[in-house]
Amino acid sequence: MALYSDKVMDHFRNPRNVGVIEDANGVGEVGNAKCGDIMKIYLKIVDGIIVDVKFETFGCGSAIASSSMATEMIKGKPLSQALELTNKAVAEALDGLPAHKMHCSVLAEEAIKRAILDYYQREGIPYDEEQFRSVDCCHCEG
Amino acid sequence: MQVYLDNAATTKMSRAAIDAMMPYFEEVYGNPSSLHSMGQQAKEVLDEARSTVAACLGAAPNEIYFTSGGSEADNQAILSAAAIGARKGKKHFITTAFEHHAVLHTLKKLEKDGYEVTYLPVGREGNITAEQVEKAIREDTCLVTTMTANNEIGSVLPIAEIGAVCRARKVPFHTDAVQAVGHIPVNVAEMNVDMLSLSAHKFHGPKGVGVLYARRGIFLSSLIEGGAQERGKRAGTENLAGIVGLAAALKEATDHLAENMAKVTALRDKLIAGLGAIPHSVLNGDKVSRLPGNVHFCFEGIEGESLLLLLDSYGVEASSGSACTSGSLDPSHVLLAIGHPHEIAHGSLRLSLSEYTTEDEIDFALQVIPTVVERLRGMSPIWRDKVNGIKPFLL
Repeated sequence: MALYSDKVMDHFRNPRNVGVIEDANGVGEVGNAKCGDIMKIYLKIVDGIIVDVKFETFGCGSAIASSSMATEMIKGKPLSQALELTNKAVAEALDGLPAHKMHCSVLAEEAIKRAILDYYQREGIPYDEEQFRSVDCCHCEG
Repeated sequence: MQVYLDNAATTKMSRAAIDAMMPYFEEVYGNPSSLHSMGQQAKEVLDEARSTVAACLGAAPNEIYFTSGGSEADNQAILSAAAIGARKGKKHFITTAFEHHAVLHTLKKLEKDGYEVTYLPVGREGNITAEQVEKAIREDTCLVTTMTANNEIGSVLPIAEIGAVCRARKVPFHTDAVQAVGHIPVNVAEMNVDMLSLSAHKFHGPKGVGVLYARRGIFLSSLIEGGAQERGKRAGTENLAGIVGLAAALKEATDHLAENMAKVTALRDKLIAGLGAIPHSVLNGDKVSRLPGNVHFCFEGIEGESLLLLLDSYGVEASSGSACTSGSLDPSHVLLAIGHPHEIAHGSLRLSLSEYTTEDEIDFALQVIPTVVERLRGMSPIWRDKVNGIKPFLL
């Protein structure tokens, strides 16, 4: 079996929503260069709806594919739904990731959460801290 | 177009090697240990292959031990030195920080058993000097083991000088020559080595067969117990077809060494010049003392695995040494050893050529690689931060 599913390869080769939103009102970046992956999500939120989303990723094929798939899954959705997106759902939508690549889907989930948190903080909207508990997780040692 | 630039991983078999092997699958399939005619015929073929290999390396036939490949040969060389060392109270090894894992992991295991290992630093250029080895030699050093050429960054080490130092100090010397044999001159006498490992599939021979050269008088213990094959040092019915293929490939590589080196070096230098024009990139490894077929770069702002996958989509098959493929988040120990920070070490690309590589293929690679690097940089947040002056460029 190949390392990656056809879906991962499709999203890696033809990533959706790559780029920057200049007037984004929610931006989240997770990961670090030392570990070899950084994911940055830009959100344009209007009336609680994600009207546009873009990403930039430094990382392996599955990190790029996970970003692409995750942005597709939250585009046009209300924030409440985007906050429910799990890394497992991203991985499943990609027809699975190898075990040692699951952290890529975790990064995608966390980048989205951090971008939404950024939006709440910018707009002064009250939020439930519990929902953002995991976003400071570092997936690599040292 | 599909271009194979991963010859350091493995090579296409040569027609000569394939043709040489075929009769030993269905015509002369006897066991060299059998007394009947076909067995004895197989034994003669085995002896002939051993003589051919010995002649190519400047060794005697009874100094050649056929193994399953380079890793087995490395293991046997090191574990033999450890066994004899323990008997003499010598439990210290000297090696380099950028050896192949077949050497490093064997030494790591010995460290757990109470042996000491000195890992010589390889510096920015990725090489060592004989002086470094000399300074590290101790009364209790049982073996110096340094590779002839590095598998990732292509540096060729001063083996003859290191060997001379070891000989003067009466310390046994092993070299993992897996990346060197068939590509640069390798002669055990001129290189002053006591043991040497090689692998057939790195020079257009078959996979699953290699050689441990051990100079007469060097103690060898066996990894595999059983029959008396290979003079009692490696049990198991000989892989005759594989051994014949190894000998044929080595003979062919040796006979055409000078012309192949000239051809491959010219292509290598064209590739290096072209890729060097990509901004914020660096050529890794020794720029002068370098394997003819090795090109190794780091590109800032991108990650190696995605680089490889995208290059493959465009028709270029290469390698990175990237951590991602091995399941570890740590980048290559070789790139860390030459002093790159993790971020840079993650963005590596190894292109390895062979005499079958054509100029058209190099031209194609030179079109594709800058495009792919640019595309990945275009989606990299760290690259954007560098371009915008938020983070500094490291290269």
